[in-house]
Amino acid sequence: MSIELATDDGQAVLPGDLSQSPLAIRGLTVSYGDKPAVFSVDATFQPGAMTAIVGPNGAGKSTILKSVLGIVRPLSGQILIHGKPAARQIHLVAYVPQRASVDWDFPARVIDVVLMGLSRELGLLRRVRRTHLDRAMACLARVGMERFADRQIGQLSGGQQQRVFLARALAQDAQIYLLDEPFAGVDAATEAAIIDVLKSLRDEGRTVIAVHHDLSTVSAYFDHVFLINTTRIAEGTVAQAFTSENLHAAYGGRLPAMPAAGQAG
Amino acid sequence: MNGAEFVALSLPPILIGVFAAIACAVPGNFLLLRRQALIGDAISHVALPGIVVAFLITGAVTTWPMMLGAAGAAIIAVVLIELIRRLGRIEVGAAMGVVFTTMFTAGVLLLEQSDTSSVHLDVEHALYGNLESLIWLDATGWTSLADPAALAGLPPELPRMAVVALLVGLLTLLLWRPLTISTFDEGFARAAGLPVTAIGLLLVIMAAVAAVAAFDAVGSIIVIAMFICPPAAARMMTNRLDHQMGWSIGFATVSALSGYVLAGYGPLWLGFDNSISAAGMIAVMSGLILAIAARFGPCRARVAGS
Amino acid sequence: MFGLGYNAILVTVGAGLLGASAGLTGTFLFLRKRALVSDAIAHATLPGVALAFVVMVALGGDGRALPGLMAGSALSAWLGLLAVGWLSRHTRLAEDAAIGAILSVFFGAGIVGLTVIQSLNTGRQAGLETFLLGSTAGMLFTDAMIIAIGGALAVVAVILLRRPMLAVCFDPGYAAATGRDVHRIDLAMMGLVMAVTVVGLKIVGLVLIVALLIIPPVAARFWSDEAGRVVLISGLIGAFSGATGAILSASAPNLPTGPLIVLAAFAVFAASFVIAPKRGLLASVLWHLRYRRRVHLRQGLLALAQGHPIYEAFTMRLLRRAGLARADGVATDQGRAAAANALLDERRWQILRSDPKFETTAALYDGLRPIDTVLTPDQITQIDRGLGPRGAA
Repeated sequence: MSIELATDDGQAVLPGDLSQSPLAIRGLTVSYGDKPAVFSVDATFQPGAMTAIVGPNGAGKSTILKSVLGIVRPLSGQILIHGKPAARQIHLVAYVPQRASVDWDFPARVIDVVLMGLSRELGLLRRVRRTHLDRAMACLARVGMERFADRQIGQLSGGQQQRVFLARALAQDAQIYLLDEPFAGVDAATEAAIIDVLKSLRDEGRTVIAVHHDLSTVSAYFDHVFLINTTRIAEGTVAQAFTSENLHAAYGGRLPAMPAAGQAG
Repeated sequence: MNGAEFVALSLPPILIGVFAAIACAVPGNFLLLRRQALIGDAISHVALPGIVVAFLITGAVTTWPMMLGAAGAAIIAVVLIELIRRLGRIEVGAAMGVVFTTMFTAGVLLLEQSDTSSVHLDVEHALYGNLESLIWLDATGWTSLADPAALAGLPPELPRMAVVALLVGLLTLLLWRPLTISTFDEGFARAAGLPVTAIGLLLVIMAAVAAVAAFDAVGSIIVIAMFICPPAAARMMTNRLDHQMGWSIGFATVSALSGYVLAGYGPLWLGFDNSISAAGMIAVMSGLILAIAARFGPCRARVAGS
Repeated sequence: MFGLGYNAILVTVGAGLLGASAGLTGTFLFLRKRALVSDAIAHATLPGVALAFVVMVALGGDGRALPGLMAGSALSAWLGLLAVGWLSRHTRLAEDAAIGAILSVFFGAGIVGLTVIQSLNTGRQAGLETFLLGSTAGMLFTDAMIIAIGGALAVVAVILLRRPMLAVCFDPGYAAATGRDVHRIDLAMMGLVMAVTVVGLKIVGLVLIVALLIIPPVAARFWSDEAGRVVLISGLIGAFSGATGAILSASAPNLPTGPLIVLAAFAVFAASFVIAPKRGLLASVLWHLRYRRRVHLRQGLLALAQGHPIYEAFTMRLLRRAGLARADGVATDQGRAAAANALLDERRWQILRSDPKFETTAALYDGLRPIDTVLTPDQITQIDRGLGPRGAA
């Protein structure tokens, strides 16, 4: 129900075709106080694509993810995963929270955190077997952290912590990957490693959606973009939607220095 | 003191103290990691009104109504705290302070206004229990442990506390994974489909049941020492949760044993003929262990750079 | 005063003063988000009380002399505070865990002390148990004087220190950056709370003094967003609770003063929580319901205007009840007009929010506010130029 201001048509999945989209949002409004964090947002994410959710600080980027996951309760709106209410499809989703959202002083080793990704399979009482450990180690290897399996999580650098979070999500073996600021405060090597893993996920046909704040890397990392500032500004392929006109609409007067977005401006 | 005296006078209170300490320390580990250590404080205070109300309704001090009363009071307290925190936008510590002090006060008032002279229920008892009175008169020596007739005369607190400690242990084992995940990363836990709110509430109820069972033996405020001190000391010994749990159970046991022994025999060794409060001494010993761990524990300091 | 006797008047005045000073000093802890530190302070007094009693008896004096007991309790409370600070600074324990550990261990030590006193066989009942839950039955004139003087000193100290303390409560980082010694101001705050605790021990006991330090500030917070005013209101609530509790307690036999004071404070809190304007429960529930209706209605109108389907039954119901849509989801004439208006408003907002010139106005956007309430007609005309041909919805 948001406003058709920007040109955002011509996608693989049309906004009306909800069942084809891995994740579709209709009329989502979430409010934490007397101002909405997101207002009346529609979104139709594309299957097998890498989408960046982009917008200024406080634009409601993380709120979108948290609403999908049922972490915050919307005032109104519908969230559909493969055409069905998200609450019943949540097993298809893996989530990488913001690194700063947890207490890294928690008494756990790296491998313990990755094994959390297998919790659905392990249930309450099933013992962790060799096969589970092997899978967890394989996920760690995919992010280049296999040597750290026995390390206490508090001893990791920020980039290493982020990789452990990604490994945990890989262990979930999900269709849809939701990541909240995966590149915030990480070193360049980690950033490259994470983007490699995300691209390989996409190439396997999975859907990757990441909240992202670095405009300069949007074009290089992602193929689709969803621009938001409380309301939806635009969505589509990077070429279609990541225009300086749309960026102005999203950022108002606060547009940061913007390289490489001027193709359509 | 010979074997007969020991079995009759000391064994039951020691066992009750140990079981009580373990039953509180086990959920205490998770409360500590969730930054909810003071929920234990709140719960042990509101157990009093819960028990008093249960007593006023049933007219007797019996196990299950008391347990239900205290668990119910704990749930009411937690709900009220959340209500004040969310709807009133009041910081959680202050919300807790409002709720548990008021409920405790109401319990005190109810207790003083009702006729409880016929039963073993008064405010001082509620505050610091009476571990020493839980004796086994039917015991004549170690052989009584195999004598069904004598066993029937065990203080009822002993089997009650043992069952509660066992239940708490089993439930913690059963819920180990969801508890760990939702404690470490609530957002991820929700996304992984775990009923995070229910898990949190279950932990509180578990703590409440442990608190009320232990309440009889060691009183409401010293229960807090068992919720917090052994897990806090254990946290400084290791960086692994399962090991921390083990350490905390060990520390709880040592506190209970040494506290009881020091309270019971310490004054005699010094030439006095009266013993001192065992419950208080247990709390002091747990504090001593915490102090040592805080000073020398291998994992006492926060990790830098996280 | 309702025909109260001399002693009852004494108790009422004393309790009122105590309530006022607890309410005033407690507010700073509350605003500093450390309300439960008072819990640690209060419980940590007990070993000092016991120790002071033993020392005074050993010196051949009366173990129950209030000044001595107060000095002892202050000493051990101070030790407890230092221990809380040390644990939370030098170990990985969070402050809440440190508070819980210290309060329970100190309390345990205090209980041990009380039983030691019992076993010392001094030949008479020490009566120190009243420090747990308080007692005013035997309040002496000197006791009342101590409370009055202590309370008055606390009030004076609050008046003198209110600026630095409020600055630290509001933004400790900024206060430190502007050259204030946050640590020492914190200590002063704790010291004040400790003084009130020590003074109040005898009258309400160590468990309930915590209530007097926490409940009035929380209740006061519902009535004002301005810190200085919260302090004042909290002091008034504390005074009212203290006096009311004392009067009620004197009005009937066997009603203990301490619990009645706490319940009076809670009654004020409960009333504030429910009926306070803006922050109160009723006000915020009503506001939330209204807000939800407005959001749904607005979204419904925007959907109508753009011919989108309306998914939510609640939205549809609102539209129908307002006469804006028919049961089959088609807009009425009135609905069409309102929808066109809503869409135009939304588009104008979109233009405004993408224009750096309107940055401050753009911050007012909440999805509901009509744009003509924030812009002059001239400005709207200017915005409309940006709408282009699509603007005439």
